[in-house]
Amino acid sequence: MYVAVKGGETAIANAHRLLADRRRGDRSLPAVSSEQVIEQLALAVDRVMAEASLYDRDLAALAFRQARGDMIEAIFLLRAYRTTLPRFGVSSPIDTGAMLIERRVSATYKDLPGGQLLGPTFDYTHRLLDPTLLEDGPVEEGAERTETPEAVMRVSEILAQEGLIEGDGTLGEDEGGGDLTREPMEFPMSRDLRLQALARGDEGFLLALGYSTQRGYGRTHPFTGEIRIGEVEIEIDAPELGYAVSLGEIRVTECQMVNQFKGSAKVPPQFTRGYGLVFGQSERKAMSMSLVDRALRAREFGEDIVAPAQDEEFVLSHCDNVQATGFVEHLKLPHYVDFQAELGLVRRMRAEFEAARTASESSDRKEAAE
Amino acid sequence: MGLESDSLSGGFHDPVFQGQAVFRLVMDAMARPGTLQTVTDDTGAPSPLGIAAGAIALTLLDHDTPVWLSVRLQKSALPGWLSFHTGAPPAPEKAEARFAFIEAGAPLPSFGLFSAGTQEYPDRSVTLIIEIASFEGTTPLKLTGPGIAGGRIVHPSGLPDGFLRQWAENHVLFPRGVDVVLTAGDRFLCLPRTTRISAGAL
Amino acid sequence: MSDLAAYNFAYLDEQTKRMIRRAILKAIAIPGYQVPFASREMPMPYGWGTGGVQVTAAIIGPADVLKVIDQGADDTTNAVSIRAFFAKVANVAVTTHTDEATIIQTRHRIPEKVLKEGQVLVYQVPIPEPLRYLEPRETETRTMHALSEYGLMHVKLYEDIAINGHIATTYAYPVKVAGRYVMDPSPIPKFDNPKMHMSEALQLFGAGREKRIYAVPPFTEVVSLDFEDHPFEVQTFDKPCALCGAENVYLDEVILDDRGGRMFVCSDTDHCEERRACGCVGELGVKEAAE
Repeated sequence: MYVAVKGGETAIANAHRLLADRRRGDRSLPAVSSEQVIEQLALAVDRVMAEASLYDRDLAALAFRQARGDMIEAIFLLRAYRTTLPRFGVSSPIDTGAMLIERRVSATYKDLPGGQLLGPTFDYTHRLLDPTLLEDGPVEEGAERTETPEAVMRVSEILAQEGLIEGDGTLGEDEGGGDLTREPMEFPMSRDLRLQALARGDEGFLLALGYSTQRGYGRTHPFTGEIRIGEVEIEIDAPELGYAVSLGEIRVTECQMVNQFKGSAKVPPQFTRGYGLVFGQSERKAMSMSLVDRALRAREFGEDIVAPAQDEEFVLSHCDNVQATGFVEHLKLPHYVDFQAELGLVRRMRAEFEAARTASESSDRKEAAE
Repeated sequence: MGLESDSLSGGFHDPVFQGQAVFRLVMDAMARPGTLQTVTDDTGAPSPLGIAAGAIALTLLDHDTPVWLSVRLQKSALPGWLSFHTGAPPAPEKAEARFAFIEAGAPLPSFGLFSAGTQEYPDRSVTLIIEIASFEGTTPLKLTGPGIAGGRIVHPSGLPDGFLRQWAENHVLFPRGVDVVLTAGDRFLCLPRTTRISAGAL
Repeated sequence: MSDLAAYNFAYLDEQTKRMIRRAILKAIAIPGYQVPFASREMPMPYGWGTGGVQVTAAIIGPADVLKVIDQGADDTTNAVSIRAFFAKVANVAVTTHTDEATIIQTRHRIPEKVLKEGQVLVYQVPIPEPLRYLEPRETETRTMHALSEYGLMHVKLYEDIAINGHIATTYAYPVKVAGRYVMDPSPIPKFDNPKMHMSEALQLFGAGREKRIYAVPPFTEVVSLDFEDHPFEVQTFDKPCALCGAENVYLDEVILDDRGGRMFVCSDTDHCEERRACGCVGELGVKEAAE
């Protein structure tokens, strides 16, 4: 006789147990600590914080370890935690002009106030595997600036002095407070919500889209006005005190892309901008974001919408990797009820096909015999 | 002093479970228009708001739901009470209200002044909570529509003047339209925009 | 970090529940219309029923008895997992018996037993927009619903007939609710569509990733789209359930060996077990007493 498969609960419990076992791996090796992850795999922690949109290195490191190094799983873990947190308020806009800069490069000027500062970049490393990392040998301290760091002028401000670039714009009364984790998406979407979606968006997806604009699918003629990475202060207005209170510093990466100029009968031509801002150090993400931001402003500038990167609904509906992985991976859940429905239809159509062929063959034979 | 203590008193002593219980009554009432529900806990809402209306306010209102109050409610301790217990901001215009409360005997404002939603987003419409005298009137009204098998007879007493005419006009707007909760003391029933009201018995 | 695991009753915070509850009320008031809601990121993946879970979490209370099914079965792993989630975060009674449940959360099936007044059926929905595969843009489909412009859907179904001789949609078969909105009934087999029509139970639909909630109130017309010359019809099976002998139920095909051996058994496991407990036996089943 046939006995239906049972015991889902036991199967799940066993799967979780095995997962924990594999996560720990060889017990003779010391377990990786969150401190080690934060210190030595810092860029992984940064990406988890950025795409989970929660700035907390400890929790991001915990999520990364719990996810066995699977980035999207770690992002998902941190987001599911974030969603349970209460909102205490909205901070004042961060001032990246006042950033304590560790890296700052501009592709538009040879030299400029504040200078070019390479910082901790992979850019000019030769990608040769380094066997010395196999040993835990001594590592030199980084070289330190001697002068006291000062606020470094942004390239957008340099261009703005001559009116050569569009301004920062002003926030309308109803703008800027949007939060797509608390409101359903609605198209067309305002730029603050678009930027929020991109800042949380999947790095790989945005990278590919940004790349596609460079290859002609929605070209925007970008110049990297500036990339800066460093610490900025977070402040929150305290009406009862009458001034803003500092909550601490966070590290961010900002990219301002300078794009093809635009003008009209009333306004002389000026460069346009694409903007990218990401938690932590993630230049690739910030640059991709600024390319896609600019491409998504096509309608605003009266450009033809012909490429995927310009298509707001397409980009914003598919840039979230937690949503994407969920829906792609859900295909592994049982679908046998629906599959049975399809099986039934295909069998029926095949039977009808056979019956029709047999009928026509027999009538052919009949005709031949007549 | 009186105003202030009225504002702070009452409310749900157990917001999680009382809110859930009242919501289920409202959900069942909305799904089965015309069925009478009874709220068992008095939340101490300031007069002239009824017990049921007070419980519904605590259940559904918060910072995201601008609320409009009829004149006597506006002049009572209710605005402070709602603000303290729910955080719901007063709606400057009727059209901006997500919920509106109208005390017994108050003239019924034109439904057209409230939001009926748009053709694309008909859900962005107001829910009116209207207090009436009782559900033991003498004139039977017949309700039909989704949620009702055949027809359901109700006997509301003290419906505001012009309610039935406005309700008929509301129906024509579908899928746009306002939704109504009629309350009388601790009892209430719901009239979603799909419900038709006609005179008479089954 | 020690308070990491302190969650509210039914996991969601009260503000979120209120937001979902308001959406549910408007959904009931506009049958078949998809109400946008600010879906939260749940502790299970999108696609695993985050919409259904949020709806259930917003309505469930201590007096409820919860049943969760996936593919009609209570013991599929995801059903087990969701049931365990609510048993943990809401401490509610759970059951596998359809008639004992006050809330039934489902993926892909409607139970065989006729649902009663007082029961709520919560569907997990992947793609709530019935027009999505015809027109991928939300901005376009929203206008179509606003104008009741459903010609595209009929064209699609008619093309099926022209190409295949049949309407090729066998699940997630579109319905019209209360004569107005065309609605996706979630990927239930069309076999289950007639159960939605004039059901005594309240039917709620939650799509978490797509951020939509919609509803069919009790005693509401739900009509499967069709044509006069191609009327809607449900699947039929050649044989009754091999275990309990039930007819006119939806069956799963089970492969028994590598030589083409197969059998068909009830997809609704509770229905099948109940029948067998009453002594009903199919051709491959055994009398319960004999076990």
